Amino acid sequence: MSHGNNAAEQVLRSSGVDVRKCMRCGKCTATCPAFDEMEYHPHQFVYMVEKGEIDKLAASPSIYKCLSCFACVERCPRGVEPAKLVEAVRLAVIRKQGMNHLATDAIPALLDEEMPQQALVSALRKYSK
Amino acid sequence: MQRIGVFVCHCGTNIAGTVDVVAVAKALGQEPGVVFSTEYQYMCSESGQQLMRAAIREHKLTGVVVCSCSPRMHEATFRKAAALEGVNPYMVEIANIREHVSWIHKDMAEATEKAVILGRAAIAKVHLNAPLQAGESPVTKRALVIGGGIAGIQTALDIAEAGFEVDIVEKSPTIGGKMAQLDKTFPTLDCAACILTPKMVDAAQNEKINIFAYSELESVKGYIGNFKAQIRRKARFVDETKCTGCGICTEKCPQKKVPNEFNMGLDNRRAIYIPFAQAVPKVATIDANYCTMMKTGKCGICSKVCGTGAIDYTQKDTVIEREYGAIVVATGFNPIDAKVYNEYGYMDSPDVVTSLELERLMNAAGPTNGTLLRPSDKTHPHTIVFVQCVGSRCDETDERGKPYCSKICCMYTAKHAMLIREKYPDTDVYVFYIDVRTPGKNFDEFYRRAVEQYGVHYIKGQVGKVVEQNGKLHVQASDLLANEQLHIDADLVVLATAIEPDKTARSLGTMLTASMDTNDFFTEAHPKLRPVESPTAGIFLSGVCQGPKDIPETVSQASACAAKVIGVLAKDKLTCNPCVAHSDELLCNGCSSCEKVCPYGAISYSDKEFRGPNRTTLIRRVASVNPAVCQGCGACTVACPSGAMDLKGFSNKQIMAEVDAICK
Repeated sequence: MSHGNNAAEQVLRSSGVDVRKCMRCGKCTATCPAFDEMEYHPHQFVYMVEKGEIDKLAASPSIYKCLSCFACVERCPRGVEPAKLVEAVRLAVIRKQGMNHLATDAIPALLDEEMPQQALVSALRKYSK
Repeated sequence: MQRIGVFVCHCGTNIAGTVDVVAVAKALGQEPGVVFSTEYQYMCSESGQQLMRAAIREHKLTGVVVCSCSPRMHEATFRKAAALEGVNPYMVEIANIREHVSWIHKDMAEATEKAVILGRAAIAKVHLNAPLQAGESPVTKRALVIGGGIAGIQTALDIAEAGFEVDIVEKSPTIGGKMAQLDKTFPTLDCAACILTPKMVDAAQNEKINIFAYSELESVKGYIGNFKAQIRRKARFVDETKCTGCGICTEKCPQKKVPNEFNMGLDNRRAIYIPFAQAVPKVATIDANYCTMMKTGKCGICSKVCGTGAIDYTQKDTVIEREYGAIVVATGFNPIDAKVYNEYGYMDSPDVVTSLELERLMNAAGPTNGTLLRPSDKTHPHTIVFVQCVGSRCDETDERGKPYCSKICCMYTAKHAMLIREKYPDTDVYVFYIDVRTPGKNFDEFYRRAVEQYGVHYIKGQVGKVVEQNGKLHVQASDLLANEQLHIDADLVVLATAIEPDKTARSLGTMLTASMDTNDFFTEAHPKLRPVESPTAGIFLSGVCQGPKDIPETVSQASACAAKVIGVLAKDKLTCNPCVAHSDELLCNGCSSCEKVCPYGAISYSDKEFRGPNRTTLIRRVASVNPAVCQGCGACTVACPSGAMDLKGFSNKQIMAEVDAICK
């Protein structure tokens, strides 16, 4: 079994997403507010995970550009949840390298009074283990 | 002691591929009472039946067990074969070793064992079987059609054509249904009203057809051939026999602010109204929720202007009772409510419309007299975006949508796009699709014409959101083939909303004891071979109440449905099912449990004299069953606490014997 397939299985397992439910409607990508920032778009995540192309996704800045707003999850008529795949690929990368993209120590410097608590929680969720 | 023959069917490899049929025949041959046991490739074939008949003759069989497919398939075949040899058809039992064994098991040893067990159970039952004689019941030669859309109209016309009486019950003031609201029809683009209204008139003029418009079915009792229905004729507050449909009342009524449901609420009507010019019956109706006279007692203008004195503010609902031999369900559909899709801004902008609303906006008899104008500012839209599959093809866990394809949207959207490009060539039309589904005669050609000849922009992708900005509708969408996100400033957005069965379908299904699926579509007796019959005898299905379909398909199905109804009405008598309940009066304790659970009203109670000890007489209240009304559902036998109620052909003893045989 190729490395890609193992990685794909890990992503599928940790995300709990059933990529076979996708009917290729593209509503996720139509909804995505970070479309212009992303190299691979939500519908591509679904398709590429299904094809086992985890390496390409893992190497792409897309996994950090995703806002984790979950609009694609909310709007998907098939319950596919693309953002959970983005998150799962990101987690796989963070775990493999053993380093977070956001160290807890670095947080105080980033704080500003206007920032909602939720943003901090989201950032930790998004960039660290 | 019965002399039982066992016949094990291979069903080609359907059964023999998973079940060792030779071993089954051999094992069942050892059972007590079995004097003959064999297997054959196709028991249902002519030669299979000959084999069975020869065995009945040769071995003087009194009972038959066939191990084969579901009794729904060939029980009747084998019963007939047995009857031809003088064996009572109710001495034949089927052990279903196809659907219940070979199709659901993989392991041959396991499957064979189960087949033997099911065979044993059937043998145990046959030991206790008694010959039953089927009775007869008369047929009321009149049909009831529920719903007066194109499906109901066509079914009624065809039944009437065969010479039988038909009543159409329609809940709105006119027949015509959804088709009356449509502008043009695909793929030939003929005007819906031009082809529908002649049929409406035919129905109205046909002596055999009674139209009960503005009426609802209140209750139904009985069974095939002998239904009794109560129909509520809602008060129109207008005497149908006097009103000439001149319409002067609808012009003079001062209450002008009533949302016009025929135009999907896009304009207003009066409190007294005739839904549209070609309404049948062409009679005015007073909407009591808005009529000033009805609400405050002051006004009465319609009554004053009416030349025939047809207005009657004191009119009351009346309930009539009619008898029918067969009932046709033709309750149709409605589009789902688009307001749950707030990402498309349906509730935020009047310029986001549903496809049925667009039909009215393009219809010459619609609120804009057929000129396509934006509802918000009545200007001509230059960029129009169509969104396909709104609420169709959703995951079963999706709360807003339906899991099925609504089937008609691809074609009517192609029609809308084409008509708009034809009439307003300066308009840009975009259609966002997931798949374009056009199976049907001349359907794909029609869609291709929209693309190639009329230059409609078909884009593989979906709309993510629609936001109103400065009088424009900002549409954000995906183009999957180009891997792009598109931003279009549109003037009008049209949502192809999913269709769902009419809300009345569920309660009607309960009233008729006709089964439905999880989406409230009526279930057919067999998805391929009995598509227009409900599993409930005497109930037939016409049109979208059974599943999404377009007009050509609806009309074909409506006629098919009529053919089935005629098949019932043409008979003078129907053979009853002899497997009915009966009560053992000596055991009955008069508790009424059975009477309460009987869905057919077949059970009644009466006081009877019984002999008591020492030559005394006791009066006891006991149940009795009307075998003509009983449908043999068995609910009473389960409810009976004293074991007095039993079902012929499925007695408690027989069922226990089967269970014992299985558990042995």
